[in-house]
Amino acid sequence: MSSPDPESKPRLTPGCRLNDKSQPSRMLLMPERALRLNGPSLEIVERCDGQHSVREIIADLQKKYSKADPQKVESDILDYLARLHEQRALDFG
Amino acid sequence: MTETPNPLALVAELTHRCPLHCVYCSNPLNLAKRESELDTTAWARLLREAAALGALQVDFTGGEPLARPDLLDLVGAAREAGLYASLITSGLPLDEKRLDDLVAAGLDHLQLSFQGATTQSGQAFSGTTTHAQKLSVARWVRQRRIGFTLNFVIHRENLNELPEMIRLAEDLQPQRVEFAHVQYYGWALQNRARLLPTRDQLEESLRTIDEAKERLRGRIRVEYVVADYYGRFPKACMGGWGRKVLLIKPNGDVLPCHAADVLPGMKFENAAESSLRKIWYESDAFQKYRGDEWMREPCRTCDHRAQDFGGCRCQAFLLANDLTDADPVCSLSRHRPLVDEILAAVTAASQPSRSAPADWLYRQNPK
Repeated sequence: MSSPDPESKPRLTPGCRLNDKSQPSRMLLMPERALRLNGPSLEIVERCDGQHSVREIIADLQKKYSKADPQKVESDILDYLARLHEQRALDFG
Repeated sequence: MTETPNPLALVAELTHRCPLHCVYCSNPLNLAKRESELDTTAWARLLREAAALGALQVDFTGGEPLARPDLLDLVGAAREAGLYASLITSGLPLDEKRLDDLVAAGLDHLQLSFQGATTQSGQAFSGTTTHAQKLSVARWVRQRRIGFTLNFVIHRENLNELPEMIRLAEDLQPQRVEFAHVQYYGWALQNRARLLPTRDQLEESLRTIDEAKERLRGRIRVEYVVADYYGRFPKACMGGWGRKVLLIKPNGDVLPCHAADVLPGMKFENAAESSLRKIWYESDAFQKYRGDEWMREPCRTCDHRAQDFGGCRCQAFLLANDLTDADPVCSLSRHRPLVDEILAAVTAASQPSRSAPADWLYRQNPK
């Protein structure tokens, strides 16, 4: 897919949610599928709440992972968001 | 042998009662009587136990899970246990109020079956006129914020409707649509001679579904369950015996899949008599076909065994009476000619000159 609008606000689709914090692994749960989340993927998904724009998510994580190449952080985030979109785990509002 | 993984999903086969009579149903012929069903308290405990084992999701299924008057309590118990709750349903009996209550109680996802793209085809394969109700349910689910999947079971006599099914899916706008070729267990096995597609039909269906998958990318997740009789290698049944899924029957028997009680010489533990943890990790039944130890050639040294685990044990028994051999659908199985014969009969039966097909065996209700 083409890059999402940087001002769009990704939001998890109905029926897609995080598991309980109390469980041993953080997972993204959706119909007949579960994705393990760790570090960066968890940071991204936690911000897919319809409140954070794509631009903000990238800026947040570039700051958080300040030692990483910011362009790589951006392209990794865009890739991950695109994959989640294709799996229908999120929509770009 | 590598460590046994924990189960990821619980399939809660709540009842064998069902308002439909689908000719492709994979429930066993000897349906569980109502009086043998586990009660609410028992199921609530099992949901907690499954979650404690590491299960992430529960599929409420059957028969028809909506036939359980206590389904609301069971969904609530699933939420309490921290499980993602899916309802695998025909869509009745259900109205908006009951749906709202289920959503409020913690239902995450509803998978709705369609037996055809129209009232007529729905009636032909389910023995009921329930198509209109299903369309209503689809509309209601779209108005609530839960996951929504459409499931179409496809076979020789409704594959001609595949384009219409796809259009129906686009109208109803689920997140996900599953096109599932019939799997031959239970009632489906009895009706197999009429259900198996021809090779041409199968190949056309693959093209149609692939095209829809591409076109709907980013809008609807299109998934496909293979017609394994036509494959070169078997399906990775249940993701492997006792690797990912725990299934509990209406009476509490714990199985690695819905059909395993056809296997001779197996004793399945009942959840009323033992903990799920013990059953999963230690019972003879669950240990029996885990790992590679039980395999003979060709599976034992086959590169594919890590992907398909030797295929389906139930199918090895049902088709070839040979529990430890490769699934007979495998091109490397010594029993593959059996499957080829079955497919040759399909080709013959589908010729226009043939006489009328045998009557359907419509699924009955438990007595």
